Amino acid sequence: MNFKNILQKIFIAILVIIVAFPLFWMVSVSFMSAGQAANFPPPLLPKNPNLSAYKELIFSNNLMRYFFNSVFLALFATILSLSFNVISGYAFAKLKFIGREKMFSILMLALVVPAQVGMMPLFLMLKTLGLVNTYAGALVPWIASVFGIFMVRQFAQSIPDEMIEAARMDGASEFQIFYKLIIPNLMPVLVTLALFTFLGSWNDFMWPLIIMTDSSSYTLPVALAVLSREHVQDGEMMMAGAFITIMPVLLLFIALQRFYMRGLLASSVKG
Amino acid sequence: MRNNIIGLLFVAPAFTTIVIFFFGPAFAALILSFTDFDIYALANINNMRFVGFKNYYELLHTPLFWKALSNTLLFVFIGGPLSILASLGAALLLHSNTGRLNSFFRTIFFAPVVTSLVASAIIFKYLLHTKYGFLNYSLSKFGILPIDWLGDPKWAIPSIIIFVIWKNFGYNMVIFIAALQNVSTDLFDAAKIDGANKFQTFLNVTLPALGPSILMVSIMTMTGFFQLFAEPYVMTQGGPAEQTVTVLYMMYEQGFKWWNLGNASAVAFVLFIFMMMMTFVQTSAAKKWGVA
Repeated sequence: MNFKNILQKIFIAILVIIVAFPLFWMVSVSFMSAGQAANFPPPLLPKNPNLSAYKELIFSNNLMRYFFNSVFLALFATILSLSFNVISGYAFAKLKFIGREKMFSILMLALVVPAQVGMMPLFLMLKTLGLVNTYAGALVPWIASVFGIFMVRQFAQSIPDEMIEAARMDGASEFQIFYKLIIPNLMPVLVTLALFTFLGSWNDFMWPLIIMTDSSSYTLPVALAVLSREHVQDGEMMMAGAFITIMPVLLLFIALQRFYMRGLLASSVKG
Repeated sequence: MRNNIIGLLFVAPAFTTIVIFFFGPAFAALILSFTDFDIYALANINNMRFVGFKNYYELLHTPLFWKALSNTLLFVFIGGPLSILASLGAALLLHSNTGRLNSFFRTIFFAPVVTSLVASAIIFKYLLHTKYGFLNYSLSKFGILPIDWLGDPKWAIPSIIIFVIWKNFGYNMVIFIAALQNVSTDLFDAAKIDGANKFQTFLNVTLPALGPSILMVSIMTMTGFFQLFAEPYVMTQGGPAEQTVTVLYMMYEQGFKWWNLGNASAVAFVLFIFMMMMTFVQTSAAKKWGVA
């Protein structure tokens, strides 16, 4: 090992510490007793690790409710996204129909419009429909996504036409082809899309903040933001909340990392 | 004919949803930005009037708007390049490092990307605490006096930029690593044979090969910095002295705190126009330099 290699390893080690420390610190503080973190020098590890911060969140701050809301919304967003985007991504890739190219380029236009532009009218629209402060209202932006359609289309293009043609010769209907032939072939990208949607919905902040007006319908990030404004002093409790918000998706990501990176790189070669 | 119906049937659900819930509202926002839609109109739509360009005209005469715009541009032009440099540095570091732990490091560096923005912003709020925060404690070891990171107007923007870089650099890093892996080793060998030094190789082989990725990454990163909202909302609430009010933060407050939805729509459109200009400038610059 030469000098350059050692230097490189040192840089990487420093970077690992910088990146991992905030997360390590969050876990550590979340197991401290109330007030222990607010000391100088700030303690690195809890003196007597306990669950009091978690208990306070669960029993005095309705945490289970927020957790349920987040899980429910993320699951339904995923189901909706899979059922709307996959079939249309496949059609854009493999079926020929009038206006296909035109419709697709209209969808691509959506990529340059920031989602926040439409939030005011969307809110008014959902208010008229009585969907403010409902799960349905929170799910509306997650039903179909241009990104999802684009990703599925890109993967579906690699399915050989001969395979689809052969199924047609055998007398399979287009729906049968889609369910029995295309879906199994697209499994990996379905996992990727599901993962992106679940994570996206779970971590989403601005839209649930706007549409969920009643505290009982808050998602974890919204509840956490509101709590952190009210409980500035309760660092331990806030870190417990952050832990509960971060961990499920972090573990999901680590378990399915391969699928995540594939989606990331596939969507980044569009330029 | 049959094909037409099937194809349209397959795309219709997603396409109509996007038209109704995305394009519709985006277009309606343009109309809304020409009205005085406020809390009275929210109660009764008859209280709404078309006012032409009044919202835009008033924005230009609102000091807070200029403050928000200049803050946002500071985030974009300082945070954007720094963030890309951090990603590029980390990518080069991991790419040239050999060892079994590389994929483990990559996972660690990527982890902040998938954490909830709100949750990690809260972690940083405590890490940056003037009295009990770990950052000031660590700096005190080097004899640096405590800094009021989020409370001092001078430090608030740099603090948020540091947080955003911590949170996001892994994303672009992964894109850069993939691009580096696609650079043919022949090119590096040729450069070596020609006697190019490390820096020349980087300048003449690595950078051009990364061109398209850098363009895409810089468009995405700049766009991201234009859309800062949760960071100031959680960490500073726009303060101190409105130093971290971003355009999107202003839109949220105008729209959903004060219910001036007409006004907020105008703010949103100004943001949209700035983002388009930025993307346009970047793509044309890239074309000129021949990377796209």
